[in-house]
Amino acid sequence: MSIEKSSHSGEHRELGGSAGLPERFENPGLEPHRHRLADSDPKRAKRSERQIALIFTISILASIAGVVGYAVFPVDIDRASVLNVRWSTLVVGLGLGIGMLGIGVAAVQWARALMDDGEKIEDRHPMSAGPAAHQQSLEILRQGADEANIARRPVLKGAIAGALALAPLPFLVPLIGNLGADWDISKFKRTAWAPREDGSGDPERFFEGTYRYLARDPQDTKIRAADVTNGNIVHVIPHGLPEEEHYLEEKAKAVVLLVRVDPSILKEAPERADWSYDGIVAYSKICTHVGCPVALYEQQTHHVLCPCHQSTFDITDAAKVVFGPAKRALPQLPIKVDPEGYLYAAADFDEPVGPSYWQRER
Amino acid sequence: MTSTTTSAATTEQAVPAPVAATVDYLDRRVGLGFAIRGLARKLFPDHWSFLLGEIALYSFIVLILSGIFLTMFFVPSMAEVHYPENALPVTMQGVEMSEAFASTLNLSFHVRGGLLMRQIHHWAALMFVGSMVVHMLRVFFTGAFRKPRELNWVVGFTMLVLSLLAGLTGYSLPDDVLSGNGLRITDGVVRSIPIIGAYMSYMVFGGEFPGTEVIPRMFTLHILLIPGLILALLALHLFLVFWQKHTQYPGPGRTDKNVVGYPLLPVYTAKAGGFFFIVFGVLALMGATMSINSVWNYGPFDPALVSAGAQPDWYMLFLEGSLRLMPGQTEFVILGWTLSLNVLIPAVVVPGLLFTFLGAYPFVENAITKDVGEHHVLDRPRNAATRTALGTAFLSVFFVLLVTGANDLVATHFGLSLNAITLVLRVLIFVLPVVVFIVTKRVCLSLQRKDREVVLHGHETGIVRRTADGRFYEVHKPLDEYERWVRVGHHVYRPLELPPREDARGVRRPGGRADGIRTRLSRFFFEDRVEPVTPAELAAAQSHGEHDELPAAPEGSSAAELAGTRGTSH
Ligand code: HEM
Ligand code: FES
Repeated sequence: MSIEKSSHSGEHRELGGSAGLPERFENPGLEPHRHRLADSDPKRAKRSERQIALIFTISILASIAGVVGYAVFPVDIDRASVLNVRWSTLVVGLGLGIGMLGIGVAAVQWARALMDDGEKIEDRHPMSAGPAAHQQSLEILRQGADEANIARRPVLKGAIAGALALAPLPFLVPLIGNLGADWDISKFKRTAWAPREDGSGDPERFFEGTYRYLARDPQDTKIRAADVTNGNIVHVIPHGLPEEEHYLEEKAKAVVLLVRVDPSILKEAPERADWSYDGIVAYSKICTHVGCPVALYEQQTHHVLCPCHQSTFDITDAAKVVFGPAKRALPQLPIKVDPEGYLYAAADFDEPVGPSYWQRER
Repeated sequence: MTSTTTSAATTEQAVPAPVAATVDYLDRRVGLGFAIRGLARKLFPDHWSFLLGEIALYSFIVLILSGIFLTMFFVPSMAEVHYPENALPVTMQGVEMSEAFASTLNLSFHVRGGLLMRQIHHWAALMFVGSMVVHMLRVFFTGAFRKPRELNWVVGFTMLVLSLLAGLTGYSLPDDVLSGNGLRITDGVVRSIPIIGAYMSYMVFGGEFPGTEVIPRMFTLHILLIPGLILALLALHLFLVFWQKHTQYPGPGRTDKNVVGYPLLPVYTAKAGGFFFIVFGVLALMGATMSINSVWNYGPFDPALVSAGAQPDWYMLFLEGSLRLMPGQTEFVILGWTLSLNVLIPAVVVPGLLFTFLGAYPFVENAITKDVGEHHVLDRPRNAATRTALGTAFLSVFFVLLVTGANDLVATHFGLSLNAITLVLRVLIFVLPVVVFIVTKRVCLSLQRKDREVVLHGHETGIVRRTADGRFYEVHKPLDEYERWVRVGHHVYRPLELPPREDARGVRRPGGRADGIRTRLSRFFFEDRVEPVTPAELAAAQSHGEHDELPAAPEGSSAAELAGTRGTSH
C-alpha cells in the first residue's frame, strides 16, 4: 500500500534501474505494537491505579483548602490589609490551581498507564462528495433558479441587488455618524493656552483677563520666572485647568515643558526672538510622533527624550528632532512675564500639537 | 472502523442503566445515536505538537471564565471619582481617578479572589496569544495548511487577528497610565491614515482623546463582540478539524488515505480533557504566585505621565519595535496635505504585509505547486526546504522588531548606545531575513542528505573494526524498514515545466505572462532538491558494503553539486 501522492507535472525518472526492484520504497505498514509492563503485570497496574487515586485525592484536598482560604483572609474594607490580600490570592489560587492540575494530571496518567494504548487505523475518504453528487447539486441549483425564474426577470435581479445594498444604510449611517460626536477636527488646532481676546478671563488665572498663566503640574501653582533654575525642567499646565470642563482632553493637548538654559547657547529664529524669556523656553510636551508625553530631560545635552519610541529633541535649537521616528520639532509656546514676574502664555501654539494628520496644515 | 464493531458487544453489558436510559431518551428526540456512532470512536493522531492548539483553546476558556468574574465587579466608566480614604492601597486614597480605574483597584484589594482572577485573566491572555502563534508555526512548518485545509488556515488566521484586538481592548480597560498611553499611541497611529485619519480618531474616542466614551466602547468590544466572533470562528475551526480529520506525521502505516491514532472515547477524551485541567491549573498557579499588571504602581491615567521602561504585552511589542525602527525623515507635506509615512509604514503597512503573507501563504504555495491532491500526511520541515526557509526568514523579521521594541532594555543591560543599536537594527531588518533564508535552506538540504546517508549506510554505532588488509572502518547498523520509511516516503516536487510564453512563430499565447511568473517562482521553490533513496540505490550501496563510496544524488539539480561536499564513511 504505497502512498499515492498528488499529481504534478514532472514525471518520475527511472533511477538505478535494477531489474525487479520497485521505483520507490513501499510503506511497510504499522509497526508491531509494544506492550507496556503494566499490561502483563497486574501489580504494576494496581500501583498505577493507586497513584492516580492519590493525585485525585490531592486535588480534592486543594480545592477544600482554597475555599477555606477564601473564608480565613477577609479583604472587605474595614478588615483588609495588604497581607490579607496577598494570602487570599495565594491560598485561593493554589487551591484552584492544584485542584485543577490534579484532575488533569490524574486523567492523563490514567489514559497513559491504564487505557488501551494500541493505535488504530481508520480510512479517510476524499473531502469531495464525488462527481455524481457534484452534478446533482448543480442540477438542484439550476432547478431552484428556474423555479424562481431569475434568468427571465432581469429587472427583478437589479431591483433586489439595489434594495439589499441600500437597506443596511439606515443602520450604518446612524451608527457611524454618532460615533464621532461633532466630527469637528478643528479642535486639534486650539488649546487652553489661547488668550481670551475679550479679556473675560478670571484674573487669578489670566493676566489682564486675557493671557493664561503657566502653572506647575499637578500643584496648579503659578510660576515665577526667577524660580525656574538653570538645567531644571518644570512640567506645566494652564493655571486653573483642573477645575475646568473637559480637563483631561484639554490637558492632553496643553501640557508643556519649561526649561531654562544659558541664553547664549539658545539658537532662536528671528521671528521667535520674543517667544522665550531670559533663556526660559516652553515647548509642548506631546510628542510629534504619536503623542506620548516627552518626559525625560538630559541636563548635559539639553535633549528631551520621548520614552515611547525614543524621539529626541534639542531644547536649545527650537526643539528640533535629533534622533528617532518623529519628524517635526515640538511646537513652542510663546511666553512672557507679568509685572510681578509670573510667566504667562502670550499666544496659543501656532500649529496643532501632537501627532500629524492629513489636514494638519490646512 | 474495526474497533467500532468489536467494542459494540462489550458496551452492551458495561453501560449502566441510567446512562443507557439517557442515551435512549436523547436518541428518540434528537437522534443522539447518529452522533455517538459517528463520532465517539473517531481517531485522533497523537503528537506533542498537536497540543499547541489545545492550549490556545483552553486558555480561551479560562479567559471567558475569569473574564465573567471580572465583569461582575469592573465598572466601565470614565466618570471621575475620588478613591475612598479608607480603601487600599494607601497610595491611592483620595486620588482622583476614573471609575474604571477605581473599580480595578477595588477588584484587586477588596474582592476576595479578585486580584487572583485579574492575574489569571492576564496570564491566560498572554498564554492564549502565545500558544496560538506557536500552533500556527507548527501548521506552517509541517504544511498542514495544504489542501483541503486552506480555509481552516484562514479561519485560524482571522482568530489570531481578533485575539490581538482582544488583547488591545482589554489592556485599555483598567485606565491606568500604561493603558492610557497605549490608547494614545493608537490615536497617533489612527491619525496617520491619509484623508480620514483624524475623523477615525474622533470615531474611536467619540471626539478628542481621551474623552469619556472610549472605555465603555472598548468594554463592549472586549467582552461581547470580539469574544463572540472568536467563539463562532472557534466552533467552525474545530468542526473543520473534526470533519476533515486531523493530519498525521509521516510514519510507517500512515498514508494520505488513512488516520492512525487513538479513539475519541476513551483515550483522547481523557488526554485532551485532562489537558484542559492542566492548562487551567497552570494558569491558576501563575495567577496565584506571579503578579502581573499591578496597576496601582502606575496610578490612574494622566495625559502628562508616562512610565519609562514600560513594555506593552509581548504580542504588541513588534508594533512598538516597528514604530521605533522607522526614521522620522519620511513625513511629507504634499500640496498642504500631511502624509506621515513615518507612522503609516511601521504601524499599518509593515504589519499589513506581514499579516498578508501569513494569511495568503497557502494560496501562494498552491499556485506554485499546482498541486491538486489532498494532503493528510504532514511534511517534515526539512523536506520542504524553501517553505521552511521562508518561514524562518519571516520569523527573523518578527524577531528584529521584538528586539527593537525592547532596545532601551538592551541598551541599558549591555551598556550600549541606544542610537547605535537602533541603527544596527535598521540594517538588520533587511539583511537578517536574507541570511536566515539562505542558511535555513542549506541546513534543510544537508539534513535531507544526512537522511540519504543514514538510509544507505545505517546508523553509526561507534564500533570500529579492522579489515584483513589493515584498514579501519566503523560498523554501521542498517535501518529497519519502519525507520527507513520516515526518510524515504516523501514526495519531491520538481519545478513546473510550462509551455513557453511564445509559440514557434513568436506569437504570445494567452496566460503566458502569468505562467512565466509561476515557472520562475516554482524554480525558486524546487530547483534545489535532494531525492530520497530508491530501493535500487539501497541495493547498490549494500552490495558494495557499508563502508563504500556513496552514490551521488541523482543527476541534474544543483543539489547534486551541493551533495559533492558530503562526507563519506570510508
Ligand atoms: C478573547 C480573549 C481575551 C483576551 C486576549 C483578553 C485580554 C485582557 C487583558 C490583557 C486585560 C487587562 C487585564 C488586567 O487588568 O491586567 C483584560 C481585562 C478585562 N477583560 Fe479580558 N480578554 C479576553 C476575553 C475576555 C472575556 C471573554 C471577558 C468577559 C466575558 C473579559 C473581561 C475582561 C474585563 C472585565 C477586564 C477588565 C478588568 C480589569 O482590568 O481588572 N475578557 N482582558
Ligand atoms: S510617541 Fe514619542 S517617539 Fe513615539
